[in-house]
Amino acid sequence: MTEPEQDSYQDGNALAGPLREIFAVDVTAALGQCVHCGLSGPIASLRVYGPGPGMVARCPGCEEVVLRLVRGPDSAWLDMRGTVNLRIPLPG
Amino acid sequence: MGFISRGFRGRPRDEGVKLPPGQYLVHDFPVLSAGPTPRVPLDRWEFAIDTEDGKTHRWSWQELMALPSETPTVDLHCVTKWSKLGTAWKGVSLDTLFADVESSAEYALVYSYGGYTTNLPVEDLLDGKAWITYEFDGEELAPAHGGPARLLVPHLYLWKSAKWVQGIRLLNEDWPGFWETAGYHNYGDPWREQRYQGD
Repeated sequence: MTEPEQDSYQDGNALAGPLREIFAVDVTAALGQCVHCGLSGPIASLRVYGPGPGMVARCPGCEEVVLRLVRGPDSAWLDMRGTVNLRIPLPG
Repeated sequence: MGFISRGFRGRPRDEGVKLPPGQYLVHDFPVLSAGPTPRVPLDRWEFAIDTEDGKTHRWSWQELMALPSETPTVDLHCVTKWSKLGTAWKGVSLDTLFADVESSAEYALVYSYGGYTTNLPVEDLLDGKAWITYEFDGEELAPAHGGPARLLVPHLYLWKSAKWVQGIRLLNEDWPGFWETAGYHNYGDPWREQRYQGD
């Protein structure tokens, strides 16, 4: 078995399509704060592992889980317990 | 031509194999990952069973290697729908590791280096149904597939066979793990197609 030299992940822009199915806004442009280390940054800057069995978005600072998204045939499960909050830009 | 060896006809095991519902056959070994691959040096590796009374049984790598090993050949079924048949492993039966563990707990939470967890009933770990494996296909288990050691519980979907296994916590109450708290089924029997909560 050969070993990949680096773990394979995408940036948080990979969440744009799956989250657009749930939210009316583009969440990847929102600012999120990591529960574990406090780092703030756009959701697009997270490291996304998956897509199977689910998308696991980790903090680029501490590698802890910030957000998880599982898409079943007729439901999606979104776990955001690793997120302190989301700051979502809206028209003034 | 009068002589054709059956061995050159490709994949006779594919013919008429019975797979769990919704599964398809693969011949490679896909790697699915929920995070960075932990790299655990063997001199710091340890496996533990923590009982519901707070007692911990520990094994170093050398102590694990000194235990009697088994070489199960089993079929793997991933919840993402691929199945791989006839995989050859080497490891220690959980029956051996539980031999001196006094517990009446019904639930187990398996935890891994890197933070992954998965839950299953204790009875699904015993009676020849589960192993702590450290070789695959005659070679040491690669980190991408869970090395140095992973749990192997082949009668459940493969997410229950925790890579980079570090220990098993015995509990009086069920404690759902990483995927079980994110929409996946609490038990995960492939033959009953228990993929998601409510299946």
